[in-house]
Amino acid sequence: MTAATPLLKVERLSKSFGTHQVLRNIDLAIEAGEVMCIVGPSGSGKSTLLRCLNYLETPDSGAVFLAGEPVGVRWRGATLYEMSFNELAVQRQRMGMVFQSFNLFPHKTALENVIEAPIVVKRKKKAEAITEAEALLEKVGLADRAHYYPRQLSGGQQQRVAIARSLAMQPALMLFDEPTSALDPELVGEVLAVMRALAEDGMTMVVVTHEMSFARDVADHLVFMDQGVIVEEGHPRDVLRHPRHSRTKAFLARVI
Amino acid sequence: MGQSSPSSRPDIHATRPVPVRHPARWIGGAALFLFVFLFVRLLVTNENLQWPVVAHYMLSPEILKGLGRTLLLTFLAMIFGLAIGVVLAVMRLSSNPVFRAASWLWIWFFRGVPPLVQLVFWYNLALLIPTVSIGIPFGPQFWEASTNQLITPFSAAILGLALTESAYASEMIRAGIQAISVGQTEAAATLGMTRAQILRRIVLPQALRILIPPIGNDTISMLKFTSLVSVLALPDLLYSAQMIYSRTYQTIPLLIVATIWYLILSTVLTFAEHYIEHRLNGRPLALSAVLSSLFKSKFWSLRRHEARS
Ligand SMILES: Nc1ncnc2c1ncn2[C@@H]1O[C@H](COP(=O)(O)OP(=O)(O)OP(=O)(O)O)[C@@H](O)[C@H]1O
Ligand SMILES: [Mg+2]
Repeated sequence: MTAATPLLKVERLSKSFGTHQVLRNIDLAIEAGEVMCIVGPSGSGKSTLLRCLNYLETPDSGAVFLAGEPVGVRWRGATLYEMSFNELAVQRQRMGMVFQSFNLFPHKTALENVIEAPIVVKRKKKAEAITEAEALLEKVGLADRAHYYPRQLSGGQQQRVAIARSLAMQPALMLFDEPTSALDPELVGEVLAVMRALAEDGMTMVVVTHEMSFARDVADHLVFMDQGVIVEEGHPRDVLRHPRHSRTKAFLARVI
Repeated sequence: MGQSSPSSRPDIHATRPVPVRHPARWIGGAALFLFVFLFVRLLVTNENLQWPVVAHYMLSPEILKGLGRTLLLTFLAMIFGLAIGVVLAVMRLSSNPVFRAASWLWIWFFRGVPPLVQLVFWYNLALLIPTVSIGIPFGPQFWEASTNQLITPFSAAILGLALTESAYASEMIRAGIQAISVGQTEAAATLGMTRAQILRRIVLPQALRILIPPIGNDTISMLKFTSLVSVLALPDLLYSAQMIYSRTYQTIPLLIVATIWYLILSTVLTFAEHYIEHRLNGRPLALSAVLSSLFKSKFWSLRRHEARS
């Protein structure tokens, strides 16, 4: 990988569900250490785009590159092959994902949620995994909740455990799909604080969000999507203060 | 107090309302009690039941041996049935069409053929396939045995019961797996887990919790299904009782001995199921808590008992 290669690159990505084209020729590039926020009206394809990045959805055409390597497909000679689920699993280890609905494993405690993948996937020793998990739970402010089950935690706490669980795999990149949308307003702040700290640590992040203040303060790059296309992108200062497109202006007028 | 004018009423904050009366419960309870009383009186006073004979055979070695065999059959048939059922359910949900078709055919066949027919059929397998061998098809054989040696009444019984159970179990396990939300699989996939890891570590443990009550139910069914093996002259609980009364002509008392044992076993299994359910759900394990849950119904209690769970 040369210095010019972005950590994540999306080229001419398109995706349809039936006759409904959800993504049209999306191009994006994310440098290592950068925070990208994606905003846009409901149904504009933000989640679909995020899910194409780690191949939870298979794009119809176009390509995603992680550190220059195509995601979900591999070259053998001059032939391009689809990856199997288990080959894809290796690439997915490098992209953490945080969901709107947390998706913690309900039969495991907070600590067990965090140590699961390091032990099962990376074959770490249990003691080592526990030490690391405790440090991560400390980092998200939940050291004292390690032995609680998800149902015993508030939404904000569950989401912070979910972030710690992803970080435990030491991913190169973190994807967030509206991580605070399912939370009561007073719990949003604690999750955003963890994400801010993560950004300050230099984590590369792609965040789909409706929290415009987070986008304004933390993002290095803001993308506005509507109807499956990127309408406008740039530094959040420019996009938020001087939107060029009427669609961006209309959207911002509604959410700010 | 009787009729009192509004002014003479006590302060509403100082009194408790009289709880709703349930006269129908008392009338129903009395009727139920009467029926139970008449039934028990019939049992006690009817000479034909010959209680001393029942008592004599309850713990006789022949009956106890049969009881052991019934338990062993139930246990082995359930273990094999569930193990095959898990494999079939996973195959049925697989993306591989060959697996899906094979699993469908298996379920179709073993759910469709009556277990009694299967028992007799497996027992007579030697008529169809005289020898069984392991080796390369059309090539050298490494091991060979005559089917008659392999198929005893016991192995025929296990085959018939376990294969029938596998078909039912797989449909139930499939429903349990499908009840686990896609979010769980996606979260595990984004952590880099393989399909086998997701299934083993995330999906099946959660499905098992849902499946404990139906598995308990199937086990109790199986306990009674094992009585079919009397067609193979395999001395389980029922056949042992039958062998005794064919000698002594004490038919009713011996059937009662078997009935009492079946009831005792199904009671024990019911408790065991509740205990395991409590354990897996992390609820209190005190005997009183497990016992009280046996009769509890929350259907009409509109309050949410716990805020989150
Ligand atoms: N699995 C699917 N099958 C069919 N249509 C889908 C599927 N997933 C998404 N869509 C459709 O694709 C469009 C974009 O969905 P997507 O979830 O990406 O939007 P979004 O921008 O994330 O919206 P929101 O802000 O509401 O989360 C929507 O019209 C949606 O109905
Ligand atoms: Mg979305």
